[in-house]
Amino acid sequence: MSESVVDTVSHQTGETLVDVQDLKTYYEDGGLLGSDPVKAVDGVNFEIARGETFGLVGESGCGKTTLGRTLIQLETATSGAVSFDGTDITELSGGDLKEWRRNAQMVFQDPESSLNDRMTVGEIIREPLDVHEQGTARERREKVRTLLDQVGLMPEHYYRYPHQFSGGQRQRIGIARALALEPEFVVLDEPVSALDVSVQAQILNLLEELQEEFGLTYLFIAHDLSVVRHICDRVGVMYLGNLMEVGPTEQLFQSPENPYTRALLSAIPEPDPTVQVDRITLPGSPPSPRDPPEGCPFATRCPVRIRPEDIDASDAVWDRIREFRDVIRERSRAEQSVGERLKERLGFDTALADSEEIVEEEFDDVTLPPDVQEHVEQAATYLSDGDPDAARAYLREVFGGQCDTETPQYYDVDDRQMSFCHRHAQEHVSPGEELRQRGYDTHDG
Amino acid sequence: MSHTEDGEPLLAVDNLRTVFHSDKEEIRAVDGVSFDIERGETLGIVGESGSGKSVTARSIMGLVDSPGEIREESSIRLDGRELTALSEKQYRSVRGGDIAMVFQDPLSSLNPVYTVGNQIIEALELHRDMEGAEAKSEAIELLRAVGIPDAARRVDEFPHEFSGGMRQRAVIAMALACDPDLLICDEPTTALDVTIQAQILDLLQEIQAKRDIGIMFITHDMGVIAEVADRVAVMYAGEVVEQAPVEELFANPHHPYTQGLLQSIPGRNPSTDRLPTIEGDVPTPHESASYCRFVSRCPKGFDECERVHPAHVEVGESADHTAACLLYPEDMPTDDTVTQHEENADQTGVEADEALSADDWPAERRKASEDTGPEDSDARADGGHGHSAGDTGGHSEGGGSDE
Ligand code: SF4
Ligand code: SF4
Repeated sequence: MSESVVDTVSHQTGETLVDVQDLKTYYEDGGLLGSDPVKAVDGVNFEIARGETFGLVGESGCGKTTLGRTLIQLETATSGAVSFDGTDITELSGGDLKEWRRNAQMVFQDPESSLNDRMTVGEIIREPLDVHEQGTARERREKVRTLLDQVGLMPEHYYRYPHQFSGGQRQRIGIARALALEPEFVVLDEPVSALDVSVQAQILNLLEELQEEFGLTYLFIAHDLSVVRHICDRVGVMYLGNLMEVGPTEQLFQSPENPYTRALLSAIPEPDPTVQVDRITLPGSPPSPRDPPEGCPFATRCPVRIRPEDIDASDAVWDRIREFRDVIRERSRAEQSVGERLKERLGFDTALADSEEIVEEEFDDVTLPPDVQEHVEQAATYLSDGDPDAARAYLREVFGGQCDTETPQYYDVDDRQMSFCHRHAQEHVSPGEELRQRGYDTHDG
Repeated sequence: MSHTEDGEPLLAVDNLRTVFHSDKEEIRAVDGVSFDIERGETLGIVGESGSGKSVTARSIMGLVDSPGEIREESSIRLDGRELTALSEKQYRSVRGGDIAMVFQDPLSSLNPVYTVGNQIIEALELHRDMEGAEAKSEAIELLRAVGIPDAARRVDEFPHEFSGGMRQRAVIAMALACDPDLLICDEPTTALDVTIQAQILDLLQEIQAKRDIGIMFITHDMGVIAEVADRVAVMYAGEVVEQAPVEELFANPHHPYTQGLLQSIPGRNPSTDRLPTIEGDVPTPHESASYCRFVSRCPKGFDECERVHPAHVEVGESADHTAACLLYPEDMPTDDTVTQHEENADQTGVEADEALSADDWPAERRKASEDTGPEDSDARADGGHGHSAGDTGGHSEGGGSDE
């Protein structure tokens, strides 16, 4: 790879290639009989324009990989539509599906496990051509040689085995294979996450060059936001199966609107020791996609969640309430898990344990307003009665606001930028303003 | 940051050489590495796979097993006490006692068949002579201290019942159970999501401030380095190629490898269309030679780089900023610098580990370094005889490059 500086030739046409409508992908993961399905993708809408690179970011378990796989029918959609050039591909089957698949390929994160080590590099790249019976054997070999050259490998690599290559080169092989059938659309699933920084840059450059050369459309899935910022035209931010915000990359990175996007971006460590980041450190971890919150998916961790008006408490008290609810939710979840059942059978009984102790631990250093105190005690009573589910429901009832009960809608927050949050509605204080009021530093006005 | 009473740094690593033997050859995974860590200070060690950073950590922990070996000339002193001479039994009390380690994968430090609490209690029994109810309540306290809610219940849970971030917190609680002076963190947040990473980095900083421990923080992520480190050592193919205070390193990188590393971070230069890259891969540990290990990828390399092994030289503005590259000292014509590096290699040989500080340069040649060279420089010469090295630890990338 050369250190080239090529002018950006945008191949974006503005014409929609992939149109995703209210897509849901749920799956049973072989857990308990009759348990809830994993709601990996839970109602997502967006479009990808021909020739653009659309980035999908989010933390592990947010559903971005499942979404990518559903777009190329490696997973079956539970509901909703994915139209590709006008055809709803979730409806395709048999020969039509096979034919369409040529058009959409995937590059995987781990070049190590995605390449068959018993095949030569040439065979690996040629395999899709063989499967789809493209041309004569000779033409296929010729095509493979061209591909090797296009991804920066040597003709003699044809007869080598993947294990003889470094990670970066293996990823080049994966890319060559994905391009063999000359697809229009390529899903890149964390294509550089397993690589060292200096090698990452080589692969990113290669991907950009190939896109320009062949007019490819990319869906780029990554958790590394700096990589996404570098390579993507537009970005969608996912959380717990939902798209929280979508917008043009630079715009979204510079002025994120959604509370989750703000927190996520503020968490990236800047490679500059002189920068003092105004970090919004989120508490806890994302809830299980099997048991997502009912209102907004981000409600359990959101720093600006809308509070019910009838309770007047300080930020510190609200913070403890949030933690307390986390603990209770965790307990009601543990209650249902196999491990807990086993323990019960073995004579342990943790559900009954120490509800006073939890209250003590959570609230010992704050003074609770009388109504809050009352609610907390009531929940503790449910808990000591061995009913964490009731405690959980009660707390949601008294402390939950709009964010706990209503699913937000999408609001246009800027040119081509949409955010999924109640706070963009007229009657509410905006996320940025509310963050400031709750004592976070933010840059925007 | 403070010195211990006798003026010794908390940790002093001197000319560390860790080699691995195979049938045919010797692999120099760590080859003449020197650095200090003070109490309350975080030294960031940055490098790619194959740089030897993990082997350095394992060497300090006394975890290098056959066919690996720490060469005799190496010295690792903790609070003035030489560790390389310890028996395995003695080392065991250092490990998990004075020094604790947090790995990338928390599951590697947790035993799946014991509850989290029992593992912390075991550490407390071993290193702090606690028992029974006292140990249990201390375990709960520690879990609280690392931010695990509902600790009294979770203390009885098994590692698999914890989320990834919670597991790493539990490992940190275990590390704290032995009240260590030095905490070695090897990519502790690499496997975590960024919002969880932020929590863990906050936690480590809080712990450090409270307990005044020294931290050696290994990562490949320049963003994390910028955030946590006071000083940084950049490793490449078994050697430290540049060392500096963190602001100085980012503002004023001198070694061509550090420069390339900083330039290739996506997003650091959002205006550039194509990322500048460092050609090729980290060299594999199979060849042996006396030369600059970076020469095959160095955009500034020249003929002499193939035959002279560079020593550490004071560079830049900051007193404790050194780089091992034939281009320096900056104000000297390259012919002279090369001769100087060459002579230094000849004189000192393998045994040497003293600094090639400004004082080693003829007075008339050291205009630039003059005013910056302190009496007590942290710079240390690399021993000279360079062989190729690599990280033979678990995640070495690409055993066989075919370029
Ligand atoms: S809807 Fe509520 S919980 Fe969700 S992001 Fe907006 S403020 Fe936060
Ligand atoms: S010694 Fe030569 S090859 Fe090595 S870093 Fe300096 S200029 Fe580059």
